Amino acid sequence: MAEQEWMSEVRAKVGREYGRVYAWDEVNAPMIRQWCEVMGIDNPLYTDAAHAAASEFGGIVAPPAMLQAWCLEGLHMNNYAPGSTDENPYEVLKMMEAHGYPSVVAVNSDLSFERYLKLGEKLYYTTRLDSVGEEKTTALGTGFFVTLIMSFFSQKPAGDEKVGQLLFRVFKFRPANVPKPAEKGAAPAVPKYKRPQPGVSDDTRFFWEGVQAGRLLIQRCTCCGTLRHPPAPVCIDCHSFDWDTVEASGKGEIHSFVVMHYPEVPPFEHPNPIGLIDLDEGVRLVAGLVGVKRDEIGIGQRVQVEFQSFDDGELTLPMFRPVAG
Amino acid sequence: MTDISISGRAAIAGLGATEFSKNSGRTELRLAMEATLAALADAGIDPSEVEGFSSYTMDKVPEYEIARLLGCNNVKFFSTVPHGGGAACAPILHAAMAVATGVAKVVVVYRAMNERSWYRFGTGSYGFGSTPIFENVNYGWYMPFGFHTPAAWVGMFARRYMHAYGATSEDFGRVSVAVRDFAATNPAAFFHGKPITLEEHQASKWIAEPLRLLDCCQESDGAVAMVITSAERARDLKQKPVIIKAGSQGITTGQQSMTSYYRDDITGLPEMGVVAKELYAQSGLGPEAFQTAVIYDHFTPFVLPQLEEFGFVKRGEAKDFIRAGHHARGGRLPINTHGGQLGEAYIHGMNGVAEGVRQVRGSAANQVADVENVLVTAGTGVPTSGLILGAA
Repeated sequence: MAEQEWMSEVRAKVGREYGRVYAWDEVNAPMIRQWCEVMGIDNPLYTDAAHAAASEFGGIVAPPAMLQAWCLEGLHMNNYAPGSTDENPYEVLKMMEAHGYPSVVAVNSDLSFERYLKLGEKLYYTTRLDSVGEEKTTALGTGFFVTLIMSFFSQKPAGDEKVGQLLFRVFKFRPANVPKPAEKGAAPAVPKYKRPQPGVSDDTRFFWEGVQAGRLLIQRCTCCGTLRHPPAPVCIDCHSFDWDTVEASGKGEIHSFVVMHYPEVPPFEHPNPIGLIDLDEGVRLVAGLVGVKRDEIGIGQRVQVEFQSFDDGELTLPMFRPVAG
Repeated sequence: MTDISISGRAAIAGLGATEFSKNSGRTELRLAMEATLAALADAGIDPSEVEGFSSYTMDKVPEYEIARLLGCNNVKFFSTVPHGGGAACAPILHAAMAVATGVAKVVVVYRAMNERSWYRFGTGSYGFGSTPIFENVNYGWYMPFGFHTPAAWVGMFARRYMHAYGATSEDFGRVSVAVRDFAATNPAAFFHGKPITLEEHQASKWIAEPLRLLDCCQESDGAVAMVITSAERARDLKQKPVIIKAGSQGITTGQQSMTSYYRDDITGLPEMGVVAKELYAQSGLGPEAFQTAVIYDHFTPFVLPQLEEFGFVKRGEAKDFIRAGHHARGGRLPINTHGGQLGEAYIHGMNGVAEGVRQVRGSAANQVADVENVLVTAGTGVPTSGLILGAA
């Protein structure tokens, strides 16, 4: 599919290197100590000078995961250390925003390290716009994956030395299914993802109304007595159109199951276990599993129905919880 | 009754395809025309001679537009078969019936989709609504739970199959490894030059347990088209004729689309059993007659019960067949020698039919020796179809 024309301007920027952003302070013990305190890290290599001196490093080193912290602007936005560039490595995001892709979500932040940093080192980083993906549609919406790579260097008289890098990827997108504001002038609504509503027909309405009332109903042929699920307008055995319902005990066992991992589609939580349940009455149905630990789900596991309400009561679903055999 | 059998009456005389990619960069109509014109040129048949068309659902290119652009003025047969990949073999069956009965002398079958760049099937969002049409009601039993991807629907069968017969995730992996091995040496395959190991399969992330990433086929853009005419005429055309020895569609007890969970036993694919029985009856052949087969592999677990439905192995024993490597390069029945949909491309099974054609012609990238007959199957878990192609 051909790209929108303005994207050529974005593409032209791929590969561009943006200038240096310097650290306010050299790598120093107080910042390391505070960072470890906040993060709950008690490795003495970072904070115990005597211990660190006896180690292979010969002195205190900085936690590698602090790498990005050294060059941050601090409390005030865009207040970077003197000498830092004015260039904005996020300029392509602004261009996308101008063409109707207002939302952003960070999807990767991958740090990698060459070595430990020692006290007194002075850092800076440069940023490269690594790639801009093709337009993609995800559950969140339609947009572009933009990848930046920030390379961190330690300043050395003999030539600066690369000490690590951060791959930072965002998804810049136009949200799917944004609810319209209720009335003119109202604050824009925050997108809220709901579970899909089931299609309900005259043949199946009893089931969903039953669930809403906390009852698990099974369709029964009033001519030959056969139970059936999923519901249908006619009996598979005797082709009678006459039917009523019976309330199931809600007890059964797992005939099979899957655990949904990917794609992660809101509003569902993942991993999401789904069971194919043999009800004691002799019919089978699909439903969510609750109260299960992944490695405890098994075929033959006894389960009991319970009814859960979703989306402010708009939807009630039968879910099954393991019970003792 | 045998005198009205379609077996041996029609042949695939021309084959055309575009490249397979993640983003074709052009319209589906253009892909369809490229493949169709290539297939007609391959056969040596003038486009104006086409009298029929057949394709299957989810393809958005209408036959009348292809007919208009080909310059056809005498089109007497057209059909669109439902159920997406489950229909993959059916247009060839329909074309063979049209040719055998004299309704149309030349029929084009085609599949052209920008599936990867325009749609994607595995997103979990399909826009099923709540109006009471059958599809919405049917998928309403699954979507509200977040049970909403083809991989997950297949996973429900696969888990029970594993439980019943002792098949493992590694067995599914062996299917994947073997087809990626074939793809690695097929220049037309998306994964050309990229084989995988069983360890890589086992390390690939869960999509829907028990399915891992490498149990799921890729998504692709591309088109494939074929030209079907009478076996008699095909003998005088440019290519070695590929005889349509049998074709069938299949639906059976408790059939649903991806969710036939309400059968007593969910470890088989009985609709494929219907296809198998009919193919063997039409052709007079049995499982020993095939040198290679194209077994639909959108998801690896369903390859196993297909081998069982066709009688290559007994029920539950496909895992042993696969552990012995009979399905792989050099095995007793190498399957998906083009790399399958896992390795070559996901053209919804039509690229598998194309591989059957090449194996009979002797022109496949991973050619099996002395091919007399090839079995080709279509998408599983849905109403399905199958073909037997062979040398004259």
